[in-house]
Amino acid sequence: MESCNCIEPQWPPDDLLMKYQYISDFFIALAYFSIPLELIYFVKKSAVFPYRWVLVQFGAFIVLCGATHLINLWTFTVHSRTVASVMTTAKVLTAAVSCITALMLVHIIPDLLSVKTRELFLKNKAAELDREMGLIRTQEETGRHVRMLTHEIRSTLDRHTILKTTLVELGRTLALEECALWMPTRTGLELQLSYTLRQQNPVGYTVPIHHPVINQVFSSNRAVKISPNCPVARLRPAGKYMPGEVVAVRVPLLHLSNFHINDWPELSTKRYALMVLMLPSDSARQWHVHELELVEVVADQVAVALSHAAILEESMRARDLLMEQNVALDLARREAETAIRARNDFLAVMNHEMRTPMHAIIALSSLLQETELTPEQRLMVETILKSSNLLATLINDVLDLSGLEDGSLQLDLGTFNLYAVFREVLNLIKPIASVKKLHVSLTLAPDLPEYAIGDEKRLMQTILNIVGNAVKFSKEGSISITAFVAKLDTLRDSKAPEFLPVLSDNHFYLRVQVKDSGSGINPLDIPKLFTKFAQNQSTGTRNSGGSGLGLAICKRFVNLMEGHIWIESEGLGKGCTAILIVKLGMAERVNESKLPYMPKMPTNHGQTAIAGLKVLVMDENGVSRMVTKGLLLHLGCDVTMVGSSDECLRLVSHEHKVVFMDICVPGIDSYGITIRIHEKFTKRHERPLLVALTGNTDKVKKENCMRAGMDGLILKPVSLDKMRSVLTDLLEHRVFFEAI
Amino acid sequence: MDVVNQLQRQFIDYSASLHREGFLDDQFTQLQKLQDDNSPDFVVEVASLFFEDCEKLINNMARALEQQQGVDFKQVDASVHQLKGSSSSIGAMRVKDVCIAFRSFCEAQNREGCLRCLQQVTHEYSLLKNKLQTLFRVHITTCSY
Repeated sequence: MESCNCIEPQWPPDDLLMKYQYISDFFIALAYFSIPLELIYFVKKSAVFPYRWVLVQFGAFIVLCGATHLINLWTFTVHSRTVASVMTTAKVLTAAVSCITALMLVHIIPDLLSVKTRELFLKNKAAELDREMGLIRTQEETGRHVRMLTHEIRSTLDRHTILKTTLVELGRTLALEECALWMPTRTGLELQLSYTLRQQNPVGYTVPIHHPVINQVFSSNRAVKISPNCPVARLRPAGKYMPGEVVAVRVPLLHLSNFHINDWPELSTKRYALMVLMLPSDSARQWHVHELELVEVVADQVAVALSHAAILEESMRARDLLMEQNVALDLARREAETAIRARNDFLAVMNHEMRTPMHAIIALSSLLQETELTPEQRLMVETILKSSNLLATLINDVLDLSGLEDGSLQLDLGTFNLYAVFREVLNLIKPIASVKKLHVSLTLAPDLPEYAIGDEKRLMQTILNIVGNAVKFSKEGSISITAFVAKLDTLRDSKAPEFLPVLSDNHFYLRVQVKDSGSGINPLDIPKLFTKFAQNQSTGTRNSGGSGLGLAICKRFVNLMEGHIWIESEGLGKGCTAILIVKLGMAERVNESKLPYMPKMPTNHGQTAIAGLKVLVMDENGVSRMVTKGLLLHLGCDVTMVGSSDECLRLVSHEHKVVFMDICVPGIDSYGITIRIHEKFTKRHERPLLVALTGNTDKVKKENCMRAGMDGLILKPVSLDKMRSVLTDLLEHRVFFEAI
Repeated sequence: MDVVNQLQRQFIDYSASLHREGFLDDQFTQLQKLQDDNSPDFVVEVASLFFEDCEKLINNMARALEQQQGVDFKQVDASVHQLKGSSSSIGAMRVKDVCIAFRSFCEAQNREGCLRCLQQVTHEYSLLKNKLQTLFRVHITTCSY
């Protein structure tokens, strides 16, 4: 009987065991199906999963296993051959996949394990980095503290504030129990407790400086841990508690003298202060390296800040000193000025007061000499006269010298006749010289200019003084005076290095040599000659009878004239030569305004220039107009007369070479006319020369004329010769201002 | 010729005396020098002009000083100034000196002083005029020879 192709299970399905197997298979299949679902779900969720291929395999394996168990459920009852073949297929597939998976896992599992080790490694590394981070942060914190401390310390220049701030800030930063500063005493043999953090007024504890611990601290620039039993560390009264760790560091005290310009401060001669820091006793804190570094840095900063404070104190003190000195100097200067003013006032008064009686004495005594006197009386009067003359000279010299001394003397520059000066000196000295039977000769070099610009009076005084001395100190023989223009090589005198002559076009150096054959001077005495009041007392024969001021004054005058004066002598009895060099200006135009008016003989050239000259005369006064016209007509000019300024402006033309204007009448505005004439004739050569005629004038009026643009000024009354010379000069130089 | 010499000498003496007495000064001599062939009567002309001027000015001054109500010293001063200028131009020394004094009275506004000066000026001027006229007569007589 061919019935169904079914397979019968071996055991009856109603058996209890079979029932349990059935249920287990069911659950297994369920689980096996749900596992891949979960896996897929979670893998999908996670971002990283490197082994997808393994997962697929594993998934396949599990699914097939599940399928197998699921199909097994049907094999508990009678089932057909199809079910059996499906079952077989599933089992075969499952077997294949699981074998492959097993083989795969051999490779995969070590990988998975290594992942795990790497994870561990990374975790360790992370922990390490965290630690280091912590350290760095601490250091940074420390650095911030240092900066803040430094800022606090350096924000003030007051010594005490610096130190107090240091202690306070350090105490705060490091959370210290106690912080103290020991400063060396003046003697340098002890350390004195100067500042503490907690105690208000440290009593003057001192500790000898030569303690081994202290030496140890001073010898290194690092913060050193010291024992709490050390004398410097015993800052608290002997307490019940155990003091915490103590650290000491040296603080260099720099002085101004330590800082040389080019070197760093010397390390050998330093003084140190000691800073002691104590940690709180009840905490188990230790001194960390970074804290020690902080302390060292702070100590250095404190040293710098202290030295700055010291420098500042010094400079403040110096400044105060300078101010005081300034005030004192100012006072002294004012006093000196007052003294000078007083002296000048005194001199000014005494000048007059002294000279007046002198004058009276001299005048009256000389008058007395003229009267009838007995011989004794005559002798007495002569003596009086001689003495008073001497006194007068002395007074003059003294007053002159005071004027010279304070630099108030100024040279009276003017043009003068040089030859005349020498002739005058000769004339003055000849009588005395002839009495003494001395022969005086004067030699003037041919290239010596006749006129020069300088102080005539003082030059004559100087030359006279020198020549006078020569005559005075010669008992016999001759005196020779030579004058010539000095060339550059003869100007330098080795004995006077400060005399540096400068040649220029407008000046020349006059050299005067006075040689006498008198008693001579010891060369050693020569430097003293020109000093005030120093008489040459060496020989009794030198009865000088004069004060020692003469040569001193001469020297000063010569210096004012930018010159040099010196005396050469070969010795006693060999005579001496006085040499004088002064700087004089060249006189180009003799008719400078300072020159006293000297009528010159008219030259033919001048004569022809005047003849036919077209001249305009403006004068309100009829008589004086006629007189001026007569003058000019006589000289041959072509004269036009006008009586008012309007007429003058109307008639003036470029043909008129000169316009004479009378300005002493108050109604005439001569300046106005001058300006209008200037405006009318812009070209200089077309404009007539404007000359003011006036009867009386003063310097101011003359200056006004010059400023207004007038070319000349003449004083009335004008003589014929004067008018002739004036016109000649005017035409030659285009300017003529008469001396007022 | 003798007469001429005599007359010339007379002229010179008279002129010298005028100088000595202070009526004339150097300026007059200068004026005399200006006289030449071109202007033979130069001095006479100047002198005549001077006399005319003087009379005019003196009249002005007299009128100004006679004013009962407020003398105009400025005007008087101006006239004196003119007179001074003229007299110094011609060399009339005495007149000039009086003018100087006159001016200071004018500045001081002293009417009495001014009147006195005016009298003096008039006096001096007439004297001078007479002397000069005499001089010119001699001169003319000399020249006519």
